[in-house]
Amino acid sequence: MDSALVIHRLHFAFNITYHYLFPQLTMGLAPLIVIFKSLALWKKDDRYNQAARFWARIFAINFLMGVITGIPMEFLFGTNWARFSRFSGGVIATGLAMEGVFAFFLESSFLGLFLYGEKRIGPKWHWFAAFMVFIGSWLSGFFIIAADAWMQHPVGYAIAADGSAHLESFWALLFNPWLNWQYPHNMSGALVTGSFVMAAVGAFYLLSGKQKEHGALFLKVGIPAALLASVVQLFPTGDGQGRLVTEYQPITLAAMEGLFNSESGAPIVLIGQPNTAEQKLDNPIYVPGALSFLTYRRWEAKVKGLNDFPRDQWPDNIPLLYFSYHIMVGLGTIFIAITVLAGLLLWRKKLFSARWMLWVLMLSFPFPYIANTAGWVTAEVGRQPWLVYGLMRVEAGFSPTVSAGNALFTLIGFMGLYLVLGILFLFLISREIEHGPAFLSGDLHQANEVKPIPDGTAA
Amino acid sequence: METFWFTLVALMLAAYVILDGFDLGTGIIHPWVARTNVERNLVLRSIGPVWDGNEVWLIAAAGAIYFAFPMLYASAFSGFYLPLMIVLWLLMLRGIGIELRSHLNDPLWQQFFDFVFSGSSLLLTIFFGAAIGNVVRGVPLNSDGYFFEALWTNFRVGPDPGILDWYTLLIGVLALLALTVHGANWVSLKTEGGIQARSRRVASIGWIPLVLITLASLVTTIYVRPQILDNYRAHIWTWIVPVVVVLSLSAMAIFHAKGKDLQAFLASTGYIAGMLVGAAIGVYPYLLSATTNPAYSLTVDNSHTGDYSMRVGLIWWVIGIILALGYFIFLYRFFWGKVEVAASGEH
Repeated sequence: MDSALVIHRLHFAFNITYHYLFPQLTMGLAPLIVIFKSLALWKKDDRYNQAARFWARIFAINFLMGVITGIPMEFLFGTNWARFSRFSGGVIATGLAMEGVFAFFLESSFLGLFLYGEKRIGPKWHWFAAFMVFIGSWLSGFFIIAADAWMQHPVGYAIAADGSAHLESFWALLFNPWLNWQYPHNMSGALVTGSFVMAAVGAFYLLSGKQKEHGALFLKVGIPAALLASVVQLFPTGDGQGRLVTEYQPITLAAMEGLFNSESGAPIVLIGQPNTAEQKLDNPIYVPGALSFLTYRRWEAKVKGLNDFPRDQWPDNIPLLYFSYHIMVGLGTIFIAITVLAGLLLWRKKLFSARWMLWVLMLSFPFPYIANTAGWVTAEVGRQPWLVYGLMRVEAGFSPTVSAGNALFTLIGFMGLYLVLGILFLFLISREIEHGPAFLSGDLHQANEVKPIPDGTAA
Repeated sequence: METFWFTLVALMLAAYVILDGFDLGTGIIHPWVARTNVERNLVLRSIGPVWDGNEVWLIAAAGAIYFAFPMLYASAFSGFYLPLMIVLWLLMLRGIGIELRSHLNDPLWQQFFDFVFSGSSLLLTIFFGAAIGNVVRGVPLNSDGYFFEALWTNFRVGPDPGILDWYTLLIGVLALLALTVHGANWVSLKTEGGIQARSRRVASIGWIPLVLITLASLVTTIYVRPQILDNYRAHIWTWIVPVVVVLSLSAMAIFHAKGKDLQAFLASTGYIAGMLVGAAIGVYPYLLSATTNPAYSLTVDNSHTGDYSMRVGLIWWVIGIILALGYFIFLYRFFWGKVEVAASGEH
């Protein structure tokens, strides 16, 4: 394999994976912050404002990380994937350009107002600013996923004389059937992350015995949101996404499930390791007939295995695809179990004294990040060997003039920079959690505002 | 239609340079004009609520290039691979330099982020200037419309140029001076007392080399790319642009002398807009001209996307940008006026 291709792929995969650790939290937290702001307006209780301010601070740090790791994404299509950009720009750049014009301006303007302006603009406008930040972040997600959905399932285009794809229908692009499930599935995934993180911080405050009042508040909002999002993640969105893959990417489905040979009444494998050399699964534990039912709603339906498709159209990393898919589904199932249990305890008013459950909640916050990442790996590795499904293969897309050496140089540069950013991020977030929400009573940065040192007017 | 999108992209880039330009200029002068911790905090607060929104213009412009001229996006972004990556790293550092300083009330932490903020701002202006220099000078495009430029070769303007040569470095210095003065005008406008006095002095002193380098850039640009005058010869109305540049420069000197900060800031805005629009007029209809074979050049005609896409794009773009201007007015209205030492008397 061409080494430049491998490095360009790693480059994009590394950058986008790292980047998405931050937007998934901001998109998940944004509606929860709106809930706190609404409760504050409705119940006239400043504790909700304190909670909103605390989460706004967490949001702000994550948003900053999302912005500074996100700017490169707008450039990396052109820098590392020039031939792909030339081919597809006529279509997917509509999504990217609309994201800039419609979502980013909205989000950044109102976030400035939300973080710096609480005192200046009054409670109602401040609620409005929070709401607009929520709208902006969710719109941003929509346009990006519209671009990705076109790569998964190209619609509304025509191939022009120079061989590039041109947009034929704007509405077809924005109402791509692939988007109907991919977008809600992704957004409820973000909400799973946001609400699990909120519940984990709440559980931490209760367990450690400080800021208990706010800890309880975080759990009261976080647990129902997490329960809702976890269920929606499986049904209807996950189920709908699965049926889209079945219909439009049957090879991907076979690879995700590790199904080498076509079977009627195909089973769902819960655990097992794909052995591509011998074309079988080692150590499988499975539910008979379940795959046929889930994909075609008939227990005995025939599901096509990989061997029914030309080998050059198989995804090029079947074990990675298989495991990322199974990790996503496995964790998703565990999330439902945790949130149903925690929801029951909350309902019966036993949660705050059930320390074992609080421990579970506190320690579970990394797993939504893993599940979201695994989900995206499933989508993007599953699309291989295509960049644009059925239209452009991955080896045809990278930049012809950027050598493997130059690409590796910048990949290493990004890795180094992102390591530093990651350390700073963890440090700052842990400080915010350490300080907690109880004493937050103003605009951002006020808690650390300058001490009145005499003004050294020298000039 | 493609000319229209060329104009829009040029205007979006100009909006970026003007708006983020004062953030960058603020970063450059930050260590000199703000000496105490209180002053440095004030200077940062003057751009705190707006820098992120200003930076969005760059992303929006990149998105618009990708949208309207995919060929240009593919060629330029892969050809300018190394300087673009460096710009991306510097933009990240600039972002954390602004935002993370106030998180810890510790002198070492703050000194570190002050250094990160001004160092990255300074290098960014030079790279942005050099980028404009590269577009004006031309790049070694091959017959497929791709190229790759090393960061430097022999520092000459020849058939095998690097990103940095004497010409692009000169434009880099020009950008550095222009944004330093622009940033100093901004800080004078937003502050009072010692910071304001020092910023005004930076702006007045910076004005002299700015005029000299502007003249030098004009002469060298005509030497490096004589065709830049073609549009000016063909269309007499284009001369309004150099007139705007001269008027803004003169007006800036007058307003500096009179201590009128808002007017001086508007004058540097006019100067930057004039210079960028002037360059765009000179370059049109070329997007990237080839130093190898003129036939390989990318023009608005051979690089644009489908007609349908451009037409539909116009509709959503106009709607989107009206909304965006609305948010900007809304935002700047709330943060209008001088920055103050906030939170005195509050905890």
